[in-house]
Amino acid sequence: MNRRRLVLEIGAAVLLAAFGIWLLPRTLELFALINATVYVSMSLLALSLALIWGFGGILCFGQTAFFGLGGYAYAVAALNLTGTTGAIPIALLVPTGAAAALGYVMFFGRISDVYMGVITLTVTLILFNFVNSTAGDQWRIGAAPLGGFNGIPSTPPLNVPGDPGTQLTPEQIFAVAVGCLAGSYVLCRLVLASRFGRVVVAIRENERRAELLGYDVRLYKLGIFALGGGMAGLAGLLFANCVFVSPTMFSLFYSGQVIIWVMIGGLGTLIGPILGAILLQALATWAGTLRGVNPSLILGVILMLAVLAIPRGLLPTAGAALARIRGLRGEGA
Amino acid sequence: MGLAVAVGLQVLTGIATLFIISLGLAVVFGMMRVINLAHGEFLMMGAYSVILSVQAGLNMWVAMLLVAPLIVGAIGMIVERLVIRRLYGRMLDTMLATWGLSLALTGGATMILGNSVSGFSAPLGSVAIAGYRTSGYSLFLIAMAVLLFATTWCVLRLTPAGLIARGTMQNPEMAASLGVPPDRVYAITFTLGAALSGLAGALIAPVSGVVPTMGAAYIAKSFITVITGGGAMLAGTASASGLLGGVSTIGTFLTTPVLGEVLMLAIAVVLLRLLPQGITGRFFRRAL
Amino acid sequence: MTVTRRMALKTAGMALAAPVVLRHAALGADPIKVVGIHDASGGLDIYGKPMIACLDFAVDEVNAAGGLLGRPVQLTNYDPQSNIQLYTQFATEAATKDRAAVVHGGITSASREAIRPILHRYQTLYFYNTQYEGGVCDRNCFCTGSTPAQNVQKLVPYVMQKWGKKLYIVAADYNYGQITSKWITKYCRDGGGGIAAADFFPLNVTDFGPAIQKIQQTRPDVVISALVGGAHISFYRQWAAAGMKSRIPMASTTFGVGNESLVLSPEEGNGIVCAFSYFQEVDTPANKAFLQKFHAKLGAAAPYLGGELAMRTYVGFNLWAEGVRKAQSIDRLKVIQALESGVENDGPPGKTVIDGKTNHVTLNVFLAECADHGFKVLQSFPQQPPSDTASVCDLAKDPNANKQYVIDVRI
Repeated sequence: MNRRRLVLEIGAAVLLAAFGIWLLPRTLELFALINATVYVSMSLLALSLALIWGFGGILCFGQTAFFGLGGYAYAVAALNLTGTTGAIPIALLVPTGAAAALGYVMFFGRISDVYMGVITLTVTLILFNFVNSTAGDQWRIGAAPLGGFNGIPSTPPLNVPGDPGTQLTPEQIFAVAVGCLAGSYVLCRLVLASRFGRVVVAIRENERRAELLGYDVRLYKLGIFALGGGMAGLAGLLFANCVFVSPTMFSLFYSGQVIIWVMIGGLGTLIGPILGAILLQALATWAGTLRGVNPSLILGVILMLAVLAIPRGLLPTAGAALARIRGLRGEGA
Repeated sequence: MGLAVAVGLQVLTGIATLFIISLGLAVVFGMMRVINLAHGEFLMMGAYSVILSVQAGLNMWVAMLLVAPLIVGAIGMIVERLVIRRLYGRMLDTMLATWGLSLALTGGATMILGNSVSGFSAPLGSVAIAGYRTSGYSLFLIAMAVLLFATTWCVLRLTPAGLIARGTMQNPEMAASLGVPPDRVYAITFTLGAALSGLAGALIAPVSGVVPTMGAAYIAKSFITVITGGGAMLAGTASASGLLGGVSTIGTFLTTPVLGEVLMLAIAVVLLRLLPQGITGRFFRRAL
Repeated sequence: MTVTRRMALKTAGMALAAPVVLRHAALGADPIKVVGIHDASGGLDIYGKPMIACLDFAVDEVNAAGGLLGRPVQLTNYDPQSNIQLYTQFATEAATKDRAAVVHGGITSASREAIRPILHRYQTLYFYNTQYEGGVCDRNCFCTGSTPAQNVQKLVPYVMQKWGKKLYIVAADYNYGQITSKWITKYCRDGGGGIAAADFFPLNVTDFGPAIQKIQQTRPDVVISALVGGAHISFYRQWAAAGMKSRIPMASTTFGVGNESLVLSPEEGNGIVCAFSYFQEVDTPANKAFLQKFHAKLGAAAPYLGGELAMRTYVGFNLWAEGVRKAQSIDRLKVIQALESGVENDGPPGKTVIDGKTNHVTLNVFLAECADHGFKVLQSFPQQPPSDTASVCDLAKDPNANKQYVIDVRI
């Protein structure tokens, strides 16, 4: 990708984010704005999977493990520290570290495709089961009871840095969330444009060849996986700020949904999964308001049709269609 | 002593249950390299087949051993024709499509049958073994697991159909050039796998509650068991069930049900790290 | 599509289960908005559906009598689908979008603790109409169900005196089960007994085989269950299938608040002892009159009311309505003050009086045993005060309290 296009895309992302931060709090009701914040945090989760799956070629069935860890790390740290500013780096470091450790086991153990899927899925299930069983008194970290099935409803929201007494309003948290999403998108773009990112994509294309060229494939995979884990953790932090942390963050349901969002949005793109996440969440909310029709039925049928009809996802299919139309016009001219 | 026998029996029940719920998935995965994520919903439909048949006045054993596999097998045949067939060779797409199917089936079942837990009591009463009461049904489950293992082995090893199946599994192109249409073998395999799942759902129905969302509780377990087992479907699933089911039941006794399951999952992760091709990637390589 | 009777029933069920059920009474004035949040689907629907039916019934009754303060009551029911995160979403919506005068809702203690802080923050009055583990101290929240000092305290001495002093607890693994187990332990020790062990199960556990072997190993005199939700019903099935039912008797703090006694066969359910502040079988003229009206209105769709949850929802709504009448306003603070002055309701379960110090209630408690898909009431205990919460909470002294106190007992 050339440098001009990169700068253009980054500029567009920043402008769009600024516009969203300006517009939505003025037009949406409070509860809709809180829902919008949930959408944004989920989009960030989808972006993190889009990075490691679409560009790193690593199919992670348990991206929610890092999402949940980020949320829990934030909640536990925020309850123990005065002020929540100090909890932010912890909420980023814990999932990044977990992803690095898991990545070490998988990539240095030379585990491939399906087996990697199973391991990531299993780790998520372990976390879900474990956190779900921490309702007893013995499970507390400092001042924070883990709460088991209940989760931690008393998760404190972010406060103004340096001023623990002033908590951010829902409007401000929405702005922070959009900022995080745009920032992460820019970060992904920059990473992929760097030498490191190009090697990662080369590995996805042909692992054997990249290895023969002298790259330590394991390290590159580990790097992109840990980055994705950290981003998922950030999404968890945002989620903890607009809902609260509970074991469902680790659930199979969410990990499945993220994969669906990325898949339908378009594997191998960054914007596609973000759009996919927003679109499908809106669809699920809409389906939930239908009387007599079960939302799972609608989502399931859509997913099946999508796999059969547009296996490459919405964005690439739309792009290809656009290119074809352009091509036809070009021929006509 | 009495306790040891009681625990031993409980462990065997755990292993048998895991084997029964994984076999259908294993057959489909072993033969076709297709991971059917709607497997849990096939179990669910098997369980509901029994409940609805019994409500309609059918004998419970007939419903369990005959009606459930037939109905779910038929559904499997339709699914193969409409979805799976279009996606052969695209493992990931198959997983996603069957995931969609799983959501749709859960949603559809919830609409038709309601999202309440139903169920029926386990037949066969209870027996006392070494001073401990246990349900006769758990002994029946163990017997069924052994029977299913033996039948599958015999079919694969001793019948002409089994020979064709094994041949197609090892080398589909070669089988095709020898006049065996792989498409038909796959269609039959998927139908049989679905029928086995239906039977499994019927068998576990009295022990677990029956609810449209019940599949989610089993899909992950059976998926992990099959993959941990590795390439050889029968030996792999049996050995993985033995190991994982044993660990989880003993863990449950010593600690809590949750930590028992956590222990089992942790063992699966460690095992896959040490044996990246599953148990049968290293041991029993020549087994079925 | 041909309409069969079965389908008509199902549609009626779906209408109850639909996410939003709006009711406009044919009264002219600006309606008073009331929000109900109960699970109409998912594992907890066995509790939620009867609660919604009773809330609908109570609202219709008030509207038929001319509404409140001359205004109709407009009820919005949300279905959180047994998902705690949807609870928080709907509570926020009820407070900030609907601007409800009161929210009735929450079934599990987990859901209550998820929405109580939200409604407290947005200053929306909250009624929690479920028997629970006690200790909530929050002026904005009225708990109209029974608590351990009212139910466990009757249940445990009864079974200890009848069957023996060694108890084994099986409970749901979240705050309700954990805290209730502590209360069971306390009353058991007060009576000179001991706890053999306490096992906790997440709400999705369905296989109780190992647990049943464990219970046999310790040979308790009585098993007490505080299991919750649809999945846990399989415990009673497997217990009976293992032939244990005739060997070790059972009591429960939750059995029968949903449809447990209906879905289990008499062989599996009969003889399980429970204590709640209401059973459908309570034999009083007021209850009979209520049931007659209830069945006349709902016909075949009328749910079995079982233990107290559905009835408490009916009583809870009427307590709130009485508070509004007394305050002559729907202003939150005025209604709270009116309620705290000791509003009472003489409903089907007998007299219920709000205790202004704790915002809990004094009520009648009944001890009953499961018999042929229903209950047989054995004893009744009139006007039991919420002494557990009262020992830790005094809202008159500390009106800004906003927490749940937990009893400190080691199991």
